[in-house]
Amino acid sequence: MSIVIIKPGILDSIQDLGRMGQGSYGINTGGAMDRFAATVANILAGNEVTEAVIEIHYPGPQILFEQDALISITGADFTAGLNDEPLPSWQPILIRKNTVLQFPIYRKGARAYLAVQGGFKLDKWLNSYSTNLKAGIGGWKGRRLETGDELFFRQSEKCVSSLFKSENNFQLLRWRTDVSNVYEQPHKISYIKGFEWDMLTQESRKSLEESKFVVHSSSDRMGYQLKGSPLHLAEKKEMVSCAVSFGTIQLLPNGRLVVLMADHQTTGGYPRIGHVISSHLPKLAQLRPSDTIQFTHVKVDEAEERLFNQQLEIQIWKRACSENLNRVYAECRL
Amino acid sequence: MSEYTIFPIGDSAATIDFGNYIREALNKKVMAMQQWLQLHPFDGLVDIIIAYSSLSIIYDATRVKNLYKPEKTVFDFVKQKLTEAYENSSIVEKDTIVKRIPVCYDSSFALDITFVAKEKKVLIEDIIRLHTSKVYRVYMIGFQPGFPYMAAVDEKLTIPRKEKPRVLVPSGSVGLAGSQTGIYPVDSPGGWQVIGRTPIKLFNKLKANTLIIKPGDRVQFYEINLKEFARLSKS
Repeated sequence: MSIVIIKPGILDSIQDLGRMGQGSYGINTGGAMDRFAATVANILAGNEVTEAVIEIHYPGPQILFEQDALISITGADFTAGLNDEPLPSWQPILIRKNTVLQFPIYRKGARAYLAVQGGFKLDKWLNSYSTNLKAGIGGWKGRRLETGDELFFRQSEKCVSSLFKSENNFQLLRWRTDVSNVYEQPHKISYIKGFEWDMLTQESRKSLEESKFVVHSSSDRMGYQLKGSPLHLAEKKEMVSCAVSFGTIQLLPNGRLVVLMADHQTTGGYPRIGHVISSHLPKLAQLRPSDTIQFTHVKVDEAEERLFNQQLEIQIWKRACSENLNRVYAECRL
Repeated sequence: MSEYTIFPIGDSAATIDFGNYIREALNKKVMAMQQWLQLHPFDGLVDIIIAYSSLSIIYDATRVKNLYKPEKTVFDFVKQKLTEAYENSSIVEKDTIVKRIPVCYDSSFALDITFVAKEKKVLIEDIIRLHTSKVYRVYMIGFQPGFPYMAAVDEKLTIPRKEKPRVLVPSGSVGLAGSQTGIYPVDSPGGWQVIGRTPIKLFNKLKANTLIIKPGDRVQFYEINLKEFARLSKS
């Protein structure tokens, strides 16, 4: 049994935490833009964090459930609803079959994630479920989801069905994750200095920290083009290609900044002004065109510290969610 | 051997850089370091990406922190590892055969060859002659799956990238950019000046990890006509 896409959203694709270890072949990591939200979606659904999830942009899809399922929705808030009833985010939900999940009204954020317990039955390509949309490989047939696509679950519904206590279309499980600290001050993005930061003119250094940058409409999963006061290096630097990473802030020849996102190429040849810290990538991934960014510089040790704290929080939730779920299943069997 | 800098490219990645050069000796050192790191990986090492004169590693900072409990930052630990790789790796010279790659320079494929001819004041047949007369070193794979960066082309062929990148460069396109020449393995947007097309499929998703052209290889192009292109495309 499965889910069926009745109506596709503007960009729904299968993603996971990325295709690691293939950089030497020119194959980029890709994966969920908001890896934190994708991770928590899996944790709430009782999965390993590496399971495939559906990444949803707004306008979102309409998805028919052909079997009972335990799901979770995280990330952006597109007012998820089942038939006409609203569903909460960041909480595990039991869903009855023959219901339709939809995302009618935009509220905030840029990408929502849908996880189902047991994960989707898909083949990995180079050890990852992520869809490489550019190369047309991985995930679901290497492309975004379209009308009629039927994604099967790896797990049968019988254990989920036994958890229902009423005839309702859905039932909430009693726990949820509070992620407010991860997404607080959504426009304040911290970075560590890049190798060419020193080469910025005094004025440009000031602009980088003090002025606001606006996410341009041409931004996508590859990178965010930023509008703002143009920045300049004190002298021009010719660069040969070098590896770049998720969050690298490059300075283009026209003085504009671009922040590399999940689908960035493996290498690039523009000056590196900075690198957004990992713990702020979830916030960044939830920004949309015309949103503003205010950059603040932090040191490497602080960036690491914040990353460890975020990872620790994830570990705590993972344990708690799996204990809760086990208890619910145990109660059911009694 | 040479001066280097090690710097973070994020809180989960670091680069050791030998300066902005396209030099065979530096690239060989980079490859030697890659091999050393593959043989002596640390737990938490996620990926190694080599470029012209730099090597970058992606790592799982939390894993490194929990396993090795470094005194200072994880970056300091990683920096130490890169220094070890630098000190302990040595270049092994080996004879590499020259891989011969067919290219059709027909005007239907060579989207920018007239522009290059005009810009560089060389005849089209001279572009072909110059492009096929040199043996190039493959310095790195990057930009997209299997894209080989090769250098250095004859000075008469050095030309900047297109000011406005093409929205779609067909797979197999052979291009010029600065002193480099490269091949687009898959259809993609791109800014290289396209002067021909090869029928050889550089990227096969089922064998993505067995590159036909890889770093350290030597490549020489030879000219084919449209008929041969069609025949080779089928095989």
